Amino acid sequence: MDDPVVAEGLTKTFKVPVRQGGLRESVKSLFRRQYRYVEAVKDVTFSIGAGEIVGFLGPNGAGKTTTIKMLTGLLHPTAGDARVLGHQPWKRDKDLLRRIALVMGQRNNLQWDLPAEDSFLLNKAIYGVPDRVFKERIDEYAERLDVTSLLDKPIRNLSLGERMKMEIIGAMLHGPEVLFLDEPTIGLDVTMQRRLRQFIIDQNREHGVTVLLTSHYMSDVSAMAERVIVISQGSLLYDGLLAGLSSRFSSHKTIRIEATDLTEDLGGLGRVIERNAEHVVLEVERDRVSEVASKLLASATVTDLSIEEPPLEDVIDRVFTGR
Amino acid sequence: MTTENHFSLFRYYLAGSRVGFQRDLQYRLAAFMVLVGFLIEPVVYLSVWTAVARTQGGSVGGFDQGQLAAYYVVWTLVRVYNTAFDPKAWEWRIREGRINVFLSQPVHMFHRDFSIFMGSKLVWTILWIPIAFVLTLIFRPAIEWHVVNVAAFAVAIWGGYGVRFLVLYVMGMINFWTTRGAAMFGIVTALELIFSGRLVPLQLLPDWAQSLAARMPFRWTFQFPIEVLIGRLEPAEVLTGLGYQFAWATGLGLLFALVWSRAVRRYEAVGN
Repeated sequence: MDDPVVAEGLTKTFKVPVRQGGLRESVKSLFRRQYRYVEAVKDVTFSIGAGEIVGFLGPNGAGKTTTIKMLTGLLHPTAGDARVLGHQPWKRDKDLLRRIALVMGQRNNLQWDLPAEDSFLLNKAIYGVPDRVFKERIDEYAERLDVTSLLDKPIRNLSLGERMKMEIIGAMLHGPEVLFLDEPTIGLDVTMQRRLRQFIIDQNREHGVTVLLTSHYMSDVSAMAERVIVISQGSLLYDGLLAGLSSRFSSHKTIRIEATDLTEDLGGLGRVIERNAEHVVLEVERDRVSEVASKLLASATVTDLSIEEPPLEDVIDRVFTGR
Repeated sequence: MTTENHFSLFRYYLAGSRVGFQRDLQYRLAAFMVLVGFLIEPVVYLSVWTAVARTQGGSVGGFDQGQLAAYYVVWTLVRVYNTAFDPKAWEWRIREGRINVFLSQPVHMFHRDFSIFMGSKLVWTILWIPIAFVLTLIFRPAIEWHVVNVAAFAVAIWGGYGVRFLVLYVMGMINFWTTRGAAMFGIVTALELIFSGRLVPLQLLPDWAQSLAARMPFRWTFQFPIEVLIGRLEPAEVLTGLGYQFAWATGLGLLFALVWSRAVRRYEAVGN
């Protein structure tokens, strides 16, 4: 069976009008408009298997949202091709649109003045969800996300996190096979983030929903996705296991050591990040880790030693900034 | 997690209308105040034309004072049914990327907007009843009530809504090409004011203006439903008018379909 999401050489170039400041330039632009071309997405190729959760990472303006917009049919690509559940998304076949869902964390799509349960009735009608299924899903999802008592409250009276939970419920009511999530937890507190993550993981495990997720919160990505796709300045930088991201982009590991009589000058072993009488944190080149660990063990009375991958945030920062 | 598809456009319209009804019911006081605001315009027109009629021996352009009053009282209801999705709101929608999720859904957003506005009209109609009662007491409109006229009016007023909705929707598409669609909307609104019968019954305009009005859709959205209810049209004229509404709605619907397919290709899905 074909992968539910396939992108092949996907490219999107925007034509953007440019005008320098000043009155003279303003007048000039009336007669001769100038444009520049911005390549938001460049030749991006990947595929996502059925039932996978993939984290889509990149700094602001990297091309993540543009890619998602092409995959959900909002944008026509300038070049390349894509298939979602066997359809070219920008043709917007009803058969495809019935089987996907898009949630954008910065957009509220439920009726602002009405209780969520009334907005859900519109979603029910859009997707032709049978009465029994609709009721079962509302009850189940609201309970899992702990918003049963809020279903009859107008959306405008809900907190940001509660609104986002309702958005997710609305998006899942028709049982989409592929879910596109663009920053679903943006601005939410840790508890809300956890609830939403767990809900999405449950949908994936129980119903095999394929998920493509963008988020600036590494905790979202590491909790939900084993595989990540990293994009920067429109180009794909990495497509693989999240666990492999560090070894690919970070040449160092972190050694933490607790010791009672550590006297050796540590400068030659690696970069000292933290040091006090009994505790040292060292950043050490990957291929010197065992050598440095042996030296440390031999030179002091070590009570604890751990070797860790660098924090994911640091790795991602390196990838994004090209350091 | 495949779900059986029980979609029906009729059920969708019911759901959309329900949303519109509930939403406007929440803001009934604001809606009532807008309705009261709507009164200023026809009351001014009515006062002016009643004065003109008096100076001309009691009638002007075939309208006596009672018929003028009837015209402008029904005007207030038709005005409510003429409200539709504004092209300026399209500008906001496009600029803010508000249509993104609608585009990713399997029902065209036209149906969403059309049905929600339908529902809101029910609220406005209920709010209009006391206003109409007061206007009737003050201006004494002369309406010849016939069941056939009322039935035809019920069709014509919705037909007028359909045509005007499509006119504005097609105009809203301009915003996919330029951010200055609002200026064009201002010009069309001015034309509409004159050639729809909103400012004055078209019979009071010079021949050239009446001839121009016959080539535009506005008359069928505004003056036609009014004339149907106040009994100024023969049955054949009513049927012809309904035919014009149907023809304009079909033509505008086809135009919208054509423009939409190009507009969506241009859409840059700005914002998030």
